[in-house]
Amino acid sequence: MSASLCRVSLVHANGFRAVSCVDVSIAAGERVAVIGPSGAGKTSLLRMLATAVRPTSGDVQLLGADPWRLGRADLRRLRARIGLVHQVPPIPLRQRVVTAVLGGRLGQWPLWKSLGSLLYPADIDGAHEVLARMEIKEKLFDRCDRLSGGQLQRVGVARVLYQRPDLILTDEPVSAVDPALSDRVISELTREAQSRGVTLVASLHAVDLALHWFPRVIGLRAGEIAFDLPPDKISDDMLRDLYASETATVPTQAEPSAVAVIRRRPLCS
Amino acid sequence: MERNDGITLRRDPAAPARLALTLLIVVLVWPGFRLTEFDPGVLFDPRNRETMGKFLATFFPLALSADFLRLVFQSTLETLAIATAGMTIAMVIAIPLSLIVTRSLSVSRIGPGPGKWRGRLVRFPARLLLMLYRSIPEIVWALLFVRAVGLGPSAGVLAIGITYGGMLGKVYSEIFESGDTRPTYALLEAGSGRLATFAYGMFPVALPELVSYTVYRWECAVRASVIMGFVGAGGLGMQMELSMRMLNGSEVSTMLAVFLSLVMLADGVSALLRRVTA
Repeated sequence: MSASLCRVSLVHANGFRAVSCVDVSIAAGERVAVIGPSGAGKTSLLRMLATAVRPTSGDVQLLGADPWRLGRADLRRLRARIGLVHQVPPIPLRQRVVTAVLGGRLGQWPLWKSLGSLLYPADIDGAHEVLARMEIKEKLFDRCDRLSGGQLQRVGVARVLYQRPDLILTDEPVSAVDPALSDRVISELTREAQSRGVTLVASLHAVDLALHWFPRVIGLRAGEIAFDLPPDKISDDMLRDLYASETATVPTQAEPSAVAVIRRRPLCS
Repeated sequence: MERNDGITLRRDPAAPARLALTLLIVVLVWPGFRLTEFDPGVLFDPRNRETMGKFLATFFPLALSADFLRLVFQSTLETLAIATAGMTIAMVIAIPLSLIVTRSLSVSRIGPGPGKWRGRLVRFPARLLLMLYRSIPEIVWALLFVRAVGLGPSAGVLAIGITYGGMLGKVYSEIFESGDTRPTYALLEAGSGRLATFAYGMFPVALPELVSYTVYRWECAVRASVIMGFVGAGGLGMQMELSMRMLNGSEVSTMLAVFLSLVMLADGVSALLRRVTA
């Protein structure tokens, strides 16, 4: 079992119930998309899986351990095995792309290597390879403030690819990327997960991406699981219900389109 | 206010707190002026104006004799050396302490996880140390060190190093925490250690602020070294004290002109460094 949440709730300090009593188990190597309107708890769910926040109640198991029962050193090692692609790339804009990408392995490198890499990048080839997969290899030595929002977001993905985590979490990793490249980014994440046999959990704003690329889709609404099904079992009505509070249409990559035209991929992966 | 049809009235919910804060500031500031008997009218009283005028008149013309200028030049170098060496010591004290004190670098705060109390236990004494260093004025440290290492610049260096270490440490940690902390947390949440996180996530965000505050403090150290010169810690201050004691206004004004140019220099250096690190 790669990740499991058992009756997990998360209540923010202001009393807002972001996630309530959620049960999910994700097996090693599974690829899961999480969809739902904004404020449904997608980010909160991912942050709990990333050990960034501790649930108010319930149990979390990640890569065979309860993170909140571990000691400091073990928790750190566990965190180095979990990679979260943040929705807003958490990268200092003054930093160069190569440094931002190499930062993905700080949890694995000894301190001398991390600090030495600031004097001369420790693994230029490695950074180049993951950037090439995100189609921004030419930006290797540029500063991050020269990049567009979509390019920076892809640097954020490249950083987590470079980390080579056993559990890849992505929080709307393509919200600022144009549709053609979005497919490319998601397919690279998929390829990474498949080739190394690791788990991928992605929250996505665009429903068509979720239904197309993921064999399992979880619909979140108001902090609760509305459905947890393979894409071909998800009906248009279920999708309309999921987003009923937000818009009249279901959000996709292109302009709002009828649900009927969303591609569903057969479960052949 | 909730109306029965469910529509909420558009009223800024933060307004009462803002009004209360404004009133609180007025209530706190007013006694300050009363206690200090602040009265700008005194400045314009004819008798006072005459006294000030006489004092200022002795400042001109500037003293420009070759001998004096050579003396001033030497003292200026000494002052710069005191300020620079003092700032170096201050940074050596401040950087590690500020890293300990900065809460955003605390791994145990995420969650919170294990070691929360250990973290607090380490941060508190470090914070206390910084307070101790900066709560004692540099002139008192200087008087102390003049007794320990004798008259001369090294007492000034030590005094600046310790007081400014306290100030830098406090403000550095505040700069670290006031910047965008998302890069820092993202790295800590991916298992990175504190020092590596600082170098990759926090330092690049804070760099321009650090540079401008450090150069500004260096400028303050130049001024502070003058005051400490009055108690025998060397530099321009010692010369200024001699000139003042001999009521030689023109020598004092020459040295004040040197100060102005030093502050201008610091300003220029700060602007340059900010441009480089921007």
